[in-house]
Amino acid sequence: MSEERQRAQAPPPPRGTRPVIEVKGLTNRFGEQTVHENLDLDVNAGEILGVVGGSGTGKSVLMRSIIGLQKPVSGEVHVFGEQMIGRSSDEAKNVRRRWGVLFQGGALFSTLTLAENVEVPLREYYPALGETLLDEIASYKIAMSGLPTESAPKYPSELSGGMKKRAGLARALALDPELLFLDEPTAGLDPIGAAAFDDLIKSLKETLGLTVFLITHDLDTLYAICDRVAVLADKKVIACGTIDELLALDHPWIQEYFNGPRGRVAADAAERNADKPVPTMAQAAALTGGEAEA
Amino acid sequence: MSGPAEFSEQDGMLRFKGTLTLARLGDLPQRLAQLSLVPQKIDVSEVDRMDTVGAWLVHRLARENDAKIEGAGAEEQRLIDQVSQVDTPAQIHAAQPASFLRVLGEVGDATIAAGRTLFGLVDFLGASVIAAWQIVLHPGRLRGNAVTRQFEVVGIKALGIIGLMSFLIGIVIAQQGAIQLRQFGAEVYTINLVGRLTFRELGVLMTAIMVAGRSGSAFAAQIGSMRLAEEVDAMRTIGVSPMEALVLPRITAAVAMMPLLAFYAAMLALIGGGLFCWTSLDIPPVSFVARIREVVPITDVWQGLIKAPVFGFIIAIAGCFQGMQVEGNAEEVGLRTTAAVVQSIFLVIVLDAFFAVFFASIGWI
Repeated sequence: MSEERQRAQAPPPPRGTRPVIEVKGLTNRFGEQTVHENLDLDVNAGEILGVVGGSGTGKSVLMRSIIGLQKPVSGEVHVFGEQMIGRSSDEAKNVRRRWGVLFQGGALFSTLTLAENVEVPLREYYPALGETLLDEIASYKIAMSGLPTESAPKYPSELSGGMKKRAGLARALALDPELLFLDEPTAGLDPIGAAAFDDLIKSLKETLGLTVFLITHDLDTLYAICDRVAVLADKKVIACGTIDELLALDHPWIQEYFNGPRGRVAADAAERNADKPVPTMAQAAALTGGEAEA
Repeated sequence: MSGPAEFSEQDGMLRFKGTLTLARLGDLPQRLAQLSLVPQKIDVSEVDRMDTVGAWLVHRLARENDAKIEGAGAEEQRLIDQVSQVDTPAQIHAAQPASFLRVLGEVGDATIAAGRTLFGLVDFLGASVIAAWQIVLHPGRLRGNAVTRQFEVVGIKALGIIGLMSFLIGIVIAQQGAIQLRQFGAEVYTINLVGRLTFRELGVLMTAIMVAGRSGSAFAAQIGSMRLAEEVDAMRTIGVSPMEALVLPRITAAVAMMPLLAFYAAMLALIGGGLFCWTSLDIPPVSFVARIREVVPITDVWQGLIKAPVFGFIIAIAGCFQGMQVEGNAEEVGLRTTAAVVQSIFLVIVLDAFFAVFFASIGWI
């Protein structure tokens, strides 16, 4: 684990122990409605941070503010130590190439095949790679994301929802990012597919030393792969810590969430699987690949 | 701290140095492709940092030359193992058949699609006539609110744009006509031109095109997105007929509003033409109106008023039909909306030609 953290912190410029994402005093407003008020959040290098909250608490808006798709009313967002708000898209490019984003529906470009989709970020940032290497990289990223090889020349409209998500993940991983944003990665997947996706993210994180910002509703995902969980409520992050730490808090929403019937089932399941080893990427890929073809 | 990715060759040993990551690769892949010797061993002990792309390059080189990888730390070894496990070349681009076959295939597909659309349209026409007949038998089932709302959307809200468009067209016709007729000293016939053209053709035709663009497309988009959101299915399960609730109000509105809009458009075009005659040809409005009454037979007005509801019907049918065809994804809504506009304008112009022949043959010249 410590090795992981060091590796994730290694690339230039040296950042010491500074968190990968720092959000300070973020305020977002749509018309009269305030979504976030003075919100603070840190994401540390090498961790999987789960973000939970009821519907409409602005989980996606928070992610969009961090990645620069939503201009907040006030507040600061630092990613890799660089101020993100108010930067032109050219200036933000150096940060952008160090992260990958998986949107809810995969957000694949519909006029390109799956493999061409994966190549888009590579072509954009590294046009000198050469066609052969480009195709090879796309191929192994697709296999790594648990997609069968046959799906590479297919268009997004020919893929199932679960496959689109994996394809979106493959595209998010195209530039070997240090930071991965996942917006509800398991929503809409069947339980087997969702569990396989969790395994995949966990093994990718272990292997590649990723930092993951993960929005989810899925309690199983929280128990299975998240190092820390941030709870969004009352326009703020009301708590952020391991699930055990959160359970010790006396907030009604948190208690309801984790101790409700679904929370308890997920906790039991997590306990049963606790001694299960993290699958290797190939195992996870094989699992998800099987599901994807089904 | 660490330099860009580099390598050196020595006695069959290929030694990588520096940061072997995507961002620091530079032209390393190209240089690797031009190695002078076949490396037997690959040493990565001097690599500071590696990502999957770096691991891939090392793995590929080892595989192609059957070389051994040495000096990999636990981290590097794991990355190399991982990429070697997913070493499955994939086809990147969709298969493209030969261009001749593709053209042939596209022609075939287009023919089938056209045939299906034609059948579907006739089918839909029949279904809407049946639904309309049901309403005639049970007038209580007419959805007054929906119809009124569509009157507003199709008719009232179109007044501004159709009025402006017709007014400008009236001016343009008068101006262009005047230029040509001046050569014979027959400028006064500009009035004939404006009067007859707007009532017979342009008023109704331009209105139909505008309504197709405004309302036909809206019908397709609205019904299409309702199909996507499963609203139409929900209606059916509750027992509400989508034909009665969605399609008939729109058809009724289009059929009822088109003659009014067409007449209004013709009037506005007359005003535009009259204004031009007054300002540029010194024909006062009183003479303009008197001359219009002389030269425009009432059958011209009837022609416009007969054609208009038919055009409205065509536009509404095409829009609603395309909307009801939406299945699957949001992209389909866009395609269907475009198809609705193209089809309705095409059908309107074809029908207009038939009407012209028909009216000529019954002597309404």
